[in-house]
Amino acid sequence: MLPAEAGGGVPVLPVEAEGLFSLLWLIVALPALGAVLLLLGGRAVNRLGHLVGTAMSAGSFVVALVLFIGLLGRGEEERQVQQQLWTWLEVGDYTVDMGLLFDPLSAVFVLLITGVGSLIHLYSIGYMVHDERRGRFFAYLNLFVAAMLVLVLADDYLAVFLGWEGVGLASYLLIGFWAHKQSAAVAAKKAFIVNRVGDLGMSLAVMAMVATFSTSSFVGVSAGMPEASSGIATALGLLLLLAACGKSAQVPLQSWLLDAMEGPTPVSALIHAATMVTAGVYLVVRSNFIYAEAPVAQVAVMVVGLVTLLFGAVIGCAKDDIKKALAGSTMSQIGYMMLAAGIGPAGYAFAIFHLLTHGFFKANMFLGAGSVMHAMDDDVDMRHYGALSRALPITFVTFAAGYLAIIGFPGFAGFWSKDKIIEAAFAEGWIFGVGALLGAGVTAFYMTRVMLMTFFGDKRWRPEVHPHESPSVITVPLMVLGALSVVGGVLLLGGWITHWLEPVTGPEGEHELFVSALVLTAMVTLTVAIGVAVAWVVFGRQSVPDSAPQRVSWLTRAARNDLYGDAFNEAVFMRPGQQLVRGLVYVDDKIIDASVGGLAALVSGSSGQVRRSQTGFVRSYALTMLGGALVAVVATLAVTLA
Amino acid sequence: MTGEFDVPKVEYALVLPLLVVFAGALIGVLIEALAPRVWRYQAQVGVAVSTLFAGLAATIQVGVGLEPLAGDVAARGDVVVEGALVVDGPSVFLWGVLLVLSLISVLLFAERRLEGGLTSFAGQAAALPGTDAERQASTRRIEHTEVFPLLMFAIGGMMVFVAAGDLLIMFVALEVLSLPLYLLCGLARRRRLLSQEAAMKYFLLGAFSSAFFLYGIALVYGYAGSFDLAAIDQAVSASTAGTPLLLAGIALIAVGLLFKIGAAPFHAWTPDVYQGAPTAVTGFMAACTKIAAFGALLRVFYVGFGGASWDWRPLIWIVAILTMVIGSLVAITQSDIKRMLAYSSIAHSGFILVGFVGLYAGSPAGEGLTSLSSVLFYLTTYGFSTLGAFAVVTLVRDAGGETTHLARWAGLGKTSPVLAGAFAFFLLAFAGIPLTSGFMGKWMVFAAAWAGGAWPLVIVAVLTSLVAAFFYVRVIVLMFFTEPGVDGPAVAVPSALTSSVIAVAVAVTVLLGVVPGPVLDLAQQAGAFVR
Repeated sequence: MLPAEAGGGVPVLPVEAEGLFSLLWLIVALPALGAVLLLLGGRAVNRLGHLVGTAMSAGSFVVALVLFIGLLGRGEEERQVQQQLWTWLEVGDYTVDMGLLFDPLSAVFVLLITGVGSLIHLYSIGYMVHDERRGRFFAYLNLFVAAMLVLVLADDYLAVFLGWEGVGLASYLLIGFWAHKQSAAVAAKKAFIVNRVGDLGMSLAVMAMVATFSTSSFVGVSAGMPEASSGIATALGLLLLLAACGKSAQVPLQSWLLDAMEGPTPVSALIHAATMVTAGVYLVVRSNFIYAEAPVAQVAVMVVGLVTLLFGAVIGCAKDDIKKALAGSTMSQIGYMMLAAGIGPAGYAFAIFHLLTHGFFKANMFLGAGSVMHAMDDDVDMRHYGALSRALPITFVTFAAGYLAIIGFPGFAGFWSKDKIIEAAFAEGWIFGVGALLGAGVTAFYMTRVMLMTFFGDKRWRPEVHPHESPSVITVPLMVLGALSVVGGVLLLGGWITHWLEPVTGPEGEHELFVSALVLTAMVTLTVAIGVAVAWVVFGRQSVPDSAPQRVSWLTRAARNDLYGDAFNEAVFMRPGQQLVRGLVYVDDKIIDASVGGLAALVSGSSGQVRRSQTGFVRSYALTMLGGALVAVVATLAVTLA
Repeated sequence: MTGEFDVPKVEYALVLPLLVVFAGALIGVLIEALAPRVWRYQAQVGVAVSTLFAGLAATIQVGVGLEPLAGDVAARGDVVVEGALVVDGPSVFLWGVLLVLSLISVLLFAERRLEGGLTSFAGQAAALPGTDAERQASTRRIEHTEVFPLLMFAIGGMMVFVAAGDLLIMFVALEVLSLPLYLLCGLARRRRLLSQEAAMKYFLLGAFSSAFFLYGIALVYGYAGSFDLAAIDQAVSASTAGTPLLLAGIALIAVGLLFKIGAAPFHAWTPDVYQGAPTAVTGFMAACTKIAAFGALLRVFYVGFGGASWDWRPLIWIVAILTMVIGSLVAITQSDIKRMLAYSSIAHSGFILVGFVGLYAGSPAGEGLTSLSSVLFYLTTYGFSTLGAFAVVTLVRDAGGETTHLARWAGLGKTSPVLAGAFAFFLLAFAGIPLTSGFMGKWMVFAAAWAGGAWPLVIVAVLTSLVAAFFYVRVIVLMFFTEPGVDGPAVAVPSALTSSVIAVAVAVTVLLGVVPGPVLDLAQQAGAFVR
């Protein structure tokens, strides 16, 4: 028996922040200050907005790096540092403190958010150079970074919820940044609404925590969990999973992510690939003390992860829009992380490991896609690309590094992280292992397709397009992220990442495999090779049609339509909802007026004069009231006296 | 019987806030009768503001002096004026909130810049719309300064309403607060027919609901033999089972009060009246009437009928669900901003009712979340955001006055970003987004209801607040992400009065979202109702 499975998650036992760590609040405060300055500063600040914004983000990264090094130097039991800021609310014995928790888990997140975030700020300087609202754009970016940092640094679920809503708001503002495009405004609204469904899970979970434990702090909940009933634990686990599904675009709340690609490309890279969409994974890993008591919820997490990783991969195969193909792959890769997180202590570290490497290579590829779009006059259709490897050499090389990382080419970052997840999935159950393996093959297929359609084959450029390499402010972030995509796997050296996260997630434990790990790695690599080969046969050897073929299999058609996610939502939620609204409005306006009004006319009797001079509504309103009062009296009597 | 007269004991020090407000209202009437027309506006505004400030000061003094009572539930205060009034923590808290909000309302009432130097109330309400008399009134620049004393009578009525310890006093207070409101609704300078229609509807339906209320009182008197809430409580607690007399009385009293808060199915008047009334009055009603009616509802049901709570709880559950669902779903299809805000206020009534059925009884030390403190807090947050939102509505105008059709609000974020930003912020608060007061308020009432075991109701509430978020966001999208039409709205430049109303509302909405502690603490300190 593994210690973690024997019962009991890892309680959160922080130490007070002192010395160097009293600077902790600066990590959040710097980007928040940037956002406030840029939003309120007016035109003068607006001109320098990009510099201010980037400096704030970079400053936050520096502080985070210093503190991270400080954390490295501490003993294992002192690596959870807590800083109290102020008491947010205090109602009797229920208190929510605004506090920050800097521990191994939040530390790696903070580094990812501020590090990749700063690179994307830098990139955006070049990417948004012609946009007259560039200052505003950087304000929103800073707002996002600040909110995301609150999300991962908060030490109380209610404060996490604050960051959770904050990133939702920033994401909404940034997706809709080019609101002159109708599609962007609609996509922004969709993202907001779908995310609210997830938030529902989060807020109910926090309420249930308060009702059960009289607290929503990590410390309190993790201490109280072992005594909680299994029903409460399962409910909490499922509610938090619902929240995670909304934010991380997991099935069934996946539909908003593909539309969110309407936002500017740096936004897609930062929010919808590297950071915000992984918040769900963070939430599950952070709540490990809840899932330790809720095996049913854990299985649910794994199932959601497995379904999504295949779902996203299939969508990725059929998209011609380069950003949407990448979005499908994001969904799929987060599915891997969820799967790993659902496994429990044996998977938490690998979920986070894959999250980090994914943050590097997916941000890299999104920014690369942005560079390609920049060269192609903002055309996103890969059928209009082809043979760009020579025109955009730096973009090509860095994108290729990301490509090799995501398919899991031996030695690259993704290879290490994905391999570990597949291994853990096999140890958990055949279905999960085979599904994850299959997903790796499909990933190889569609990423090779993207690669071939974009950088190889014939030129299918539109006549007026003359591709050229982007300026260095764009290519430098690409090179940094490309390098990280190659070497990101070093985090696993000597089991560093698993050991590092141990204070948060508990020891990894041993698992038994049906074959040796080496054989399994070979199987994964073989599957990937098959995926690449198939893609080569379909897209490399033949020329790519200029427009999407219409005579295609049902699967392709389904994948092009996002596997009917929208149609499903429409049929199940939207239409019945609209019917309900229409019905209610009808009842509110018409039926009361017509039938009751008719009755009212009868009641008011012969006086036609009076009837005509009246508005007609008053008496029907009065009759509704009378009816309501009668029902109220009768119901009250019936309930009690029956 | 020697005809001896027992002089009733009146604790003047404790009811001073009420006396101040009513005295101010009477002075207003005298000014109307005696002062020359040219001075009246200045005099009335001055009297109103200083009266309300004095009332607020008196309220604070009373609040500071309230003694905690010994007992198994934390409470402070006393029953005064021979049992007619109860000056306890909740009363004083609500007095304070009502006075602050009405101070803000006075500023909105006094705004003169938007109508070219006149208030937004009819010049001569008695003149028929479209007649010479009306034209004369407007060329002679007449205005109704009676609105200020009317407002103060309404506030006085509300203050008595929330503190009434006796059902008859409560009924009188209900009428005192309602009658001025009926009048005020009919006084719009523009769109007078709509305004008069609204006033008429409100009056007829209000009178109707008062009748229910009164009949309910009669039935309860028949049961308990007293109007006094404490005596009713004793009668209710003494018997083991409810009788038809009591239950019918409870239901009818509930109807009368639920009408005032705009709960379904007694909500039908709300959209029409909110739309037709002058916007400043709408804002005042939406904020203050709702607060007063909830204060009275809580007192009657917790104090008088607390012993029969298992009998009335199902009724409130159903009403709460209906109210939330109708309010938030029907709001989606509204095309008029004032009607939309009206339905939104209906939905908010539903949310507050959710808190109402939660855990009432506090523990001795006043620990934990109670329905009472969470509802008090919610009412405070809601009052400020609502007044702010209606203040914004007064500013979006075209040649014909306010443009309340939603289509005309398209692109407002481009033409006047600050105003649209403030409005968007209020909408986010209504939707319950964190770091706004609305989130804290919702959070409190839902948590109280959950703690009281009403979790199915909380789930419905969270679901409907999700739907509600949809139409709030729709307006934000409309303002910021839609191109302005060719004849987009002109935003009038307000005087310092309306600007300060909006600024205060924004500030309070932020503050109560970020540091709700002090106000929450006050609501908590208020303790339970004294009986």
